[in-house]
Amino acid sequence: MSTKTYLDAIHDAMWEEMERLPTMVVLGEDIQEGGVFRATDGMLAKFGKDRVLDTPLAESSIVGIAIGMAQNGCVPVAEIQFADFAFPAFNQIISEAAKWRYRSNNAWGCPIVVRMPYGAGIRGGMYHSQSIEALLAHVPGLKVVAPSTPHDAKGMLKAAIRDPDPVVYFEHKKAYRALKDELPDDDYVVPIAPAQVRREGGDLTVISYGFMVHECLQAAEELAGDGVESTVLDLRTLAPLDRTAILDAARRTGKVLIVHEANLTGGIGGEVAAIIAEHAFDDLDAPIRRLAAPDVPAMPFSGAQEDACLPSKETIAAAMRDLAAY
Amino acid sequence: MAIQAKGLEAPVEPDQRLRMYRDMLVARELSDRMFTLNRQGRAAFAITGQGHEAVQVAAAHAVRPGVDWILPYYRDVAMMIALGMKPRDILLGLFAKADDPNSGGRQMPCHWSWPEMRVVTRSSVIAANLPHAAGIAYASKLRGLDEVTLVSFGEGATSEGDFHESVNFAAIHQLPVVFLCENNGYAISESSEKQMAVKHVADRAKGYGIIGQTVDGNDLIAAHQTLSWGVGECRRGRGPVLIEAKTYRFSPHTSSDDDRRYRPREEVEEWAKRDPIDRFRTRLQGEGALTPDDDRALRDTVKREIAEAVAGAEAAPDCDPADTARYVYFEGDSAQQRGAG
Ligand SMILES: Cc1ncc(C[n+]2csc(CCOP(=O)(O)OP(=O)(O)O)c2C)c(N)n1
Ligand SMILES: [Mg+2]
Repeated sequence: MSTKTYLDAIHDAMWEEMERLPTMVVLGEDIQEGGVFRATDGMLAKFGKDRVLDTPLAESSIVGIAIGMAQNGCVPVAEIQFADFAFPAFNQIISEAAKWRYRSNNAWGCPIVVRMPYGAGIRGGMYHSQSIEALLAHVPGLKVVAPSTPHDAKGMLKAAIRDPDPVVYFEHKKAYRALKDELPDDDYVVPIAPAQVRREGGDLTVISYGFMVHECLQAAEELAGDGVESTVLDLRTLAPLDRTAILDAARRTGKVLIVHEANLTGGIGGEVAAIIAEHAFDDLDAPIRRLAAPDVPAMPFSGAQEDACLPSKETIAAAMRDLAAY
Repeated sequence: MAIQAKGLEAPVEPDQRLRMYRDMLVARELSDRMFTLNRQGRAAFAITGQGHEAVQVAAAHAVRPGVDWILPYYRDVAMMIALGMKPRDILLGLFAKADDPNSGGRQMPCHWSWPEMRVVTRSSVIAANLPHAAGIAYASKLRGLDEVTLVSFGEGATSEGDFHESVNFAAIHQLPVVFLCENNGYAISESSEKQMAVKHVADRAKGYGIIGQTVDGNDLIAAHQTLSWGVGECRRGRGPVLIEAKTYRFSPHTSSDDDRRYRPREEVEEWAKRDPIDRFRTRLQGEGALTPDDDRALRDTVKREIAEAVAGAEAAPDCDPADTARYVYFEGDSAQQRGAG
């Protein structure tokens, strides 16, 4: 076991896969320098400029070239420097990668990984803080993951690289250095799809993903001090959703709060709530609640306004108390 | 058109010439039939490339089938015929039948995919497959494989960002990509003056530090020479190249379009005099390679073959609605896990 940050975990997953797969290529902007977050640190020296590829500043082609590489025996992992800048690549992700297998009636596959640093809480302003995962989770043909721990970050990135279909991998910028885990030294993967119960308690369930899971866990600890025991379910994979785990937790506790830092409308929370309402309505003891960023276009640079957007341990705990008392 | 062919390295044998001629006839007859089938209400949609046959057949003969990668676009009926796709297979796509080899009835007709021939699946999104060509070629180079990638598109496609991004990337890495623009002067109704301030698409090559070459796309031999030169440059490590074939479409944009609204009839008639099939026939006859009798017999045969293919394809089984949700993701069966390479 070794102590690793969330960022180390991502770096090591790529590094180990690069060692194992001679045609794996990491590509993106400033990758050779190690990337703006240093996720590809040291790779240029170890694997060379052809496999650690600095691309022009052109996101559509970063993904499009990755798609092409994957057709011809390479294993591409594309980095979009910030998820906020993924929109020029949406055509490649949605019209091309997601539909590749379906439109060719299974004649072709599109095994690419697109890494996207996302999320707020780092004073990144409107264009370095967005959580765009719901936009992509809406698209069949894509797998969308958002690991919350270093352990999962490493195991799920390896799973993504080994997956036969396109995977969008959301890595939370605030988690990079804030989170540390003891990680096994041996190769392991964390499969895409299953959610993970992070904490068990019978009074209510909080469902979240990404960095918010940690805020939820802290809030759950606080409530436990008052005798309210909660389950915290970490979705981990946002598409396809682990319906079984969602419904199990909802049924067991009868009360559900969903938390994400993406804005409310059309968010993952709406889909999770709909799944529960459709299939576990009879088991509910309270209306499903959602806590999310308000519907503003993006997080302001102002710290005061950014904080006002983000769910926090305090606002989550308050929502949980309300729900527990219902 | 006073545009020179490039290169002298592509002799075309007499048999090959006759095959090229036949393939153009097949493509033309098939395409005309697809429009008719649409007008008769038997096919929901048609998109074809009457007028583009010469450059398309030339392209198919310039590459090494099954070795080089091909990313064609919806007009490339003649390219696919020349690569060996059967009219029946194209018609299965027209009728959206279960056995349509291009997409199993999921895509509009003429959205090609043929893994064995390294013809890569394409969407309807203009220019979106140009980055794929660049990525495939990057992989060829990385893996040390002697492969060329040919990607075709219209002049309208060159306005898209993906055109710029792909040519730029291929140029930076000197990738073996032939960017083939079939310039028919229109993107639906928009004439090329609305797409670009330069006269020739090939002029854009300068901005990327690569060679651009314009050729008469209705002259099969000139187009074949130029494309063979382009493929050769790529194999010699001097790619990418941008080849612009000047041509014209004789059909509306699609079966849903009425080109009389935006194209003067005199212009269409003027181009009809430069029909690539007529020109090649005249050439073959001048060389004594084709007698008028042989030509008539050949055309009758082609007509009959297409009529039979239509009957067969139309009677083929439809898609099963129960399969609608299949192949969204890998299903762990014998299918391709990675790309076909
Ligand atoms: C991105 C995108 N925008 C618009 C369309 C609709 N559309 C289909 S073909 C076409 C014109 C293409 O013109 P050009 O590239 O010159 O090829 P041509 O059809 O003339 O051969 C347009 C606008 C599309 N398919 N994709
Ligand atoms: Mg055009």
